[in-house]
Amino acid sequence: MNKTAEYRFDFMAFRKKAMVLSMVLLLVSLGSLFSRGLNLGIDFTGGNLVQLEFGSPVEVGEVRDVLAGVGQDKAVIQAYSDKGVIIRMKADEEDARRDVLNALKAKYDSVQVLRFEKVGPVVGDQLRKEAFIALGLALVGILIYITVRFQFRFAVVSVLALLHDSIITLGIFSIMGREISVTFIAAILTIVGYSLNDTIVVLDRVRENWKHLRGWGIDGLFNVSVNQTLSRTINTSLTTFLPVLAFYIWGGPVLSNFSFALMVGIVVGTYSSIYVASSILDEWFTKSPVKH
Amino acid sequence: MLRKDRWRLTLVAVVVIAALVSVFPIKGRIHLGLDLKGGAHIVLQAKGTDENPLTGDSVERLLAVLRNRVDQYGVSEPLIQREGQDRVIVDLPGVENPEQALELIGKTALLEFRQVLQATSALPPKAQRENYDSDEEYQAAVSRWNEVKADRDELESRLRSEASSESGAVVGSDEAGRIYLLGPVYVGGKDLKDAKATYDNLGRPVVSLEFNDDGAKLFDSATAENVGNQIAIVLDGTVVSAPVVQERISGGAAQISGRFTPEEARNLAIMLRAGALPVPVDVLENRSVGPTLGADSINSGLKAGLIGCALVILFMLLYYRILGIAADIALSVTILILFALLISFKATLTLPGIAGIILTIGMAVDGNILIFERIKEEYRDGKTPFASLDSGFKKAFKTILDANVTTLIAAAVLYYFGSGPIRGFALTLAFGIVASVFSAVLVTRVLLQVMVSHNSIPSLARRK
Repeated sequence: MNKTAEYRFDFMAFRKKAMVLSMVLLLVSLGSLFSRGLNLGIDFTGGNLVQLEFGSPVEVGEVRDVLAGVGQDKAVIQAYSDKGVIIRMKADEEDARRDVLNALKAKYDSVQVLRFEKVGPVVGDQLRKEAFIALGLALVGILIYITVRFQFRFAVVSVLALLHDSIITLGIFSIMGREISVTFIAAILTIVGYSLNDTIVVLDRVRENWKHLRGWGIDGLFNVSVNQTLSRTINTSLTTFLPVLAFYIWGGPVLSNFSFALMVGIVVGTYSSIYVASSILDEWFTKSPVKH
Repeated sequence: MLRKDRWRLTLVAVVVIAALVSVFPIKGRIHLGLDLKGGAHIVLQAKGTDENPLTGDSVERLLAVLRNRVDQYGVSEPLIQREGQDRVIVDLPGVENPEQALELIGKTALLEFRQVLQATSALPPKAQRENYDSDEEYQAAVSRWNEVKADRDELESRLRSEASSESGAVVGSDEAGRIYLLGPVYVGGKDLKDAKATYDNLGRPVVSLEFNDDGAKLFDSATAENVGNQIAIVLDGTVVSAPVVQERISGGAAQISGRFTPEEARNLAIMLRAGALPVPVDVLENRSVGPTLGADSINSGLKAGLIGCALVILFMLLYYRILGIAADIALSVTILILFALLISFKATLTLPGIAGIILTIGMAVDGNILIFERIKEEYRDGKTPFASLDSGFKKAFKTILDANVTTLIAAAVLYYFGSGPIRGFALTLAFGIVASVFSAVLVTRVLLQVMVSHNSIPSLARRK
């Protein structure tokens, strides 16, 4: 083995700046999460959702007027094509939906119901609870696995990295006001998996290069490891991003928020696999070195 | 070829052939979720009442009644199952009119024939502004209506107080807003033998009832007592109709006429035949997807999947050249195995499941990328192509394993806690991970061994 301490990019030189950037992103995300909150969909709050297709193009404004006529002026109307709209109502009574449909049918005789969903508030409560339990359990499982395979510090930074990624994704959804549905939980957990996958590849290299620690120093160790895995990080991010982008564009309106979350997660996850885990570990080992 | 390689090649061949056999022909083999084929997914919550507490038995009876009703409605492959203590999930694939289906399974269908003690007249419809020329006329009409309403409300409260003082009496109302003071039950649904949707001699849809012997006797004496009076037909506490008895009816046959559509009459007949629900139910969740949207989702998912796949294949070819061919073959095998797993585990493919597959396509080549980067590195360090291949794979394997086990943990948790569509997603993700790890460490390896032994990897011939 003839590895030198050469590397193309001195990533660790920017680690303080990256940490500041991450802190800012996290604070903005948390700030928005606490002040604006999340736009929880009917899966969590209970309510009615109706997806309609009209025979000819319609204006959202007209549809809104019709809804206001039956007392549903707070309904959220989203057009996904010139003939298709999705209507979300917080009210979860059957009557609310029936009124809306009857009023729309009276005005447009060619309207067709493609999908409707009604969720009672009890279900939403339960889902929220289940989502938290699921996230918590996944984190504990992952923490244990990485502690066994690597060491405790690696496990801690991996979990910090995935929290970083999921909080920022949540933050972006909060800032943009995009709707959170039950599939969003799936998206967040996938981001968790993806973020870990990415982080572990880098940490794996660090573990392998550990024996050169004396020659390279802490900064060198991390720089070399990140550089060695860089082309893999970028290529995998691209190959994962491309199909998700295709799904976002062509996959239809039902899962557009889902694929958007994945895209955000992939971008943030790529950045964090280069910077978050290795920067924190670098700092940590510099401040309190341990013999491995 | 080394013995080890031959063993790998055999394993890959066996797996690929087995996967091909289980996947093709693909038509009809994949179990599609309701969000893809269309249908209604309904979650009911059984509620006990004081007189009718919730027990294990009553929930079982509830399931039986629901099954009976759904079968008679003519849904093919319905799924009716208990969830937890007091919930029931009803999946009705291919139902065109979910509103009607919901009505059918959610209604109690408690049928009673009761004596009519007193009845109000119907409440006239509310005044509509567009029917009047001026605001004054409209306001006058509104106040007239309010007076009628107030009178009726007063009468209603009087009837209610009378009902509470008389034993067995209740207050009921009908769709037109009439209020009835109803006496004791003459005949109930338990004495019903059969119910059919038919037409009366004016061609209007009606429901014909036939009572058993007990019911026929009770009905006979009830009609005998009430010639010239009204008898109310009460369904789930609502008066469906209150015909005046013209003559004594002794054959044990009766008719319910209301303003039914043929479908409504048919559904009412089904509900009456299948019996009343033993306990009332609440609809907790109701998700329905029309068949057009389902087909649309499949098409757009397929389109997105093919485009995504093409982009990944192209990228791998452009960046890794000859090695990319190995990766692309491995990717095809991954997708093949993924479908084979989905089919042999009888997994239900949902829309999020399709998203899971598309995500898998992207992540599937990750193993290959890790391996290629390692092999290139080893080669740059001065090893022979064969040695680079060997040590590259060995080093990449550890990483691939660690990186995928963590994702697998997340998928397992998701599967365990998720419900419906999320489970579908978790399952495809997990199968995708298994399939892609297999392809990366075995398929890609076999392909590269063959390529190296034929000296056909130019990128490994160019030294730095």
